Amino acid sequence: MVRYLGRKIFIYLLTFFVAVTIDWLIPRFMPGDPIGMLLSRIGSRPEAFKYLYTYYVQAFQLDVPLWQQYVNFWKGLFQGDLGVSIWMYPQPVMTIIRRAIPYDIFLLLPAILLSWFAGNHVGALAARIRWLDNTILPLGYLLTATPYMWLALVLVWFLGNQTNLFPIAGAYSPQYRPHLSLTFILDVLHHWFLPFLSLFLVMFGGWAIGMRNMIIYELESDYSRYLEALGTPQYLIRRYAFRNAMLPQITGLALQLGGIVAGAVATEVVFAYPGIGYIILNAVQNKDYFLVQGCFLFIILGVLIANFLIDLVYVLVDPRTRLGMTGE
Amino acid sequence: MLQVENLTVYYKTIRGYVQALEQATFKIADGEIMGLAGESGCGKTTLGHSLIYLRPPMNYIGGRVVLDGQELPIWDMEKMREFRYRHVSLIPQYAMNALNPTRKIGRMIAELLESRGVNYNDVLPELKRRLDLVQLTHDVLKMYPIELSGGMKQRTVMVVSTLLNPSLLIADEITSALDVSTQKAVCEMLVEFRDRGFVKSTIIITHDISILYQIADSILVMYAGQLSEKAPSEIIFRDARHPYTRLLIGSLPKVGVRYREERLRGIPGSPPQLLNPPPGCRFRERCPVAFDRCVEVPPFLEISPGHFVACWRAY
Ligand SMILES: Nc1ncnc2c1ncn2[C@@H]1O[C@H](COP(=O)(O)OP(=O)(O)OP(=O)(O)O)[C@@H](O)[C@H]1O
Ligand code: SF4
Ligand SMILES: [Mg+2]
Repeated sequence: MVRYLGRKIFIYLLTFFVAVTIDWLIPRFMPGDPIGMLLSRIGSRPEAFKYLYTYYVQAFQLDVPLWQQYVNFWKGLFQGDLGVSIWMYPQPVMTIIRRAIPYDIFLLLPAILLSWFAGNHVGALAARIRWLDNTILPLGYLLTATPYMWLALVLVWFLGNQTNLFPIAGAYSPQYRPHLSLTFILDVLHHWFLPFLSLFLVMFGGWAIGMRNMIIYELESDYSRYLEALGTPQYLIRRYAFRNAMLPQITGLALQLGGIVAGAVATEVVFAYPGIGYIILNAVQNKDYFLVQGCFLFIILGVLIANFLIDLVYVLVDPRTRLGMTGE
Repeated sequence: MLQVENLTVYYKTIRGYVQALEQATFKIADGEIMGLAGESGCGKTTLGHSLIYLRPPMNYIGGRVVLDGQELPIWDMEKMREFRYRHVSLIPQYAMNALNPTRKIGRMIAELLESRGVNYNDVLPELKRRLDLVQLTHDVLKMYPIELSGGMKQRTVMVVSTLLNPSLLIADEITSALDVSTQKAVCEMLVEFRDRGFVKSTIIITHDISILYQIADSILVMYAGQLSEKAPSEIIFRDARHPYTRLLIGSLPKVGVRYREERLRGIPGSPPQLLNPPPGCRFRERCPVAFDRCVEVPPFLEISPGHFVACWRAY
């Protein structure tokens, strides 16, 4: 057990190291000149441009050799310093990310958990109630097969533009500053609803179909047939099938949760919702090395931690893994 | 005592009915171990499952099954439920995968028994005695199926299936996944179960007729969904009357398993399609002694006490 965990942790650390290195490399091989872009926005005279250019290259420490940049990157990482954003100069990357992440959690956590919960239950019911199966299954396939952008735009169009029921952009109305008051909270919820709904719908379809198919697979499996041949009542067979079908769903849930910090790029772009996804898009468009790097770093962390938690949970719930550990 | 009369079961497929079991009529006495043999696909599992667990795409076409004087409602999945396990039980062909992988075996047995209204703790001492009998430690109750070897799983399923002392036990291909020495041990356990009265009648399904020699009291041979011959074992091995049985016995190799494939190839030709089988005796095309009469279905007649055969040449 300890050896198993020890080895797992080692593998995760190694993966982290490699992933972070790649994360550092990629923006540096992106075409384009970030500082040139920053300065062209300022639009200064040519001699000032040249002066500012050298200044910024030094400020971002892009004048030292690559290996030195790499070492500096790791040093900064351990001090929680991810550098300064180019796009939102001079805000530190950390501040920008810290400001964006709560929006992702607020948007994605309820969407993932609720769709998971509802999807699994409806899927399990569909596996045994025919009329539900005949309605949920096509609906689920429709929802998951619909390009997300299209679904989101339909929602925006109907519930936003046409009926004016919901605002279609931002996390709160521009006239407010964030503060604690009932009106503000209601305003935030009002803005939150459409992006939430769009995410909930697509994920719900996926979970429901997955669960339904898994249950049917389990009900057709040999151990179910054996129990049935021994006259076991349906409730017990279903209970076993449900439990065994849940295992892959748990993995799926943990992966989704790990991806929260990655935000939902499409949603955040369509609804101009200021989470990490929205930041990433802008960072890439503005060739903002440090911001891109910082965002991906959080994504890497999220995914690795989620995977590690899955491993732990599986050790608890699935004897096949637990026993496999000693057999290796 | 099991009586089967004119039992006919087809598989419903989109292309039509697969006529997998045709007019089966036979008896098994209390304490009798009957081997059910025949080539792969001849309908052995179909016959076995019909007696306990007749579910779609299997379709009940006709016939009666009477166990201990009581007719089994085999055509009704729900009504059949209370007869299962208590009166008729099954060791399935897929015994290696028959246990829920995520439950400890003891707990699974407990839940299975409680669901059938039997108290686990009342049965536990007997369960342990039977585990001893099949040489399994009591620790298997605390284990997950994955911790057991194939042979151990097989024996566990044997104990589970017979725990409520059913009148009829159907053991489907319980030896095909095992090596020769284990095969023998498993077969002897079935005899032991019968001798101790855990089960009354037993059907051992196999396509390897040689393993039946020492353990089966009688052997029923099937061909392409029809019964060919039923007789006490020594008669089947020494004085079989049906040409198919004779070819089956005649091509027996010295030692079982490894030659199985060759043996089946030993009889020229292959069994007919069961989707639209030719009328009359289904062995006709491969039968070396077929004649005009064989276009009619030969009846399954008792030619001497306990010896039934369906062949126009044998009466
Ligand atoms: N689900 C099914 N649908 C349609 N036909 C089937 C189905 N299951 C079996 N059959 C057909 O019924 C016939 C009898 O099958 P069965 O499984 O009873 O044979 P078997 O004697 O047990 O063979 P084996 O030795 O391979 O287990 C075969 O010809 C097979 O093709
Ligand atoms: S009935 Fe005819 S075809 Fe069938 S086994 Fe007998 S002789 Fe051969
Ligand atoms: Mg079979």
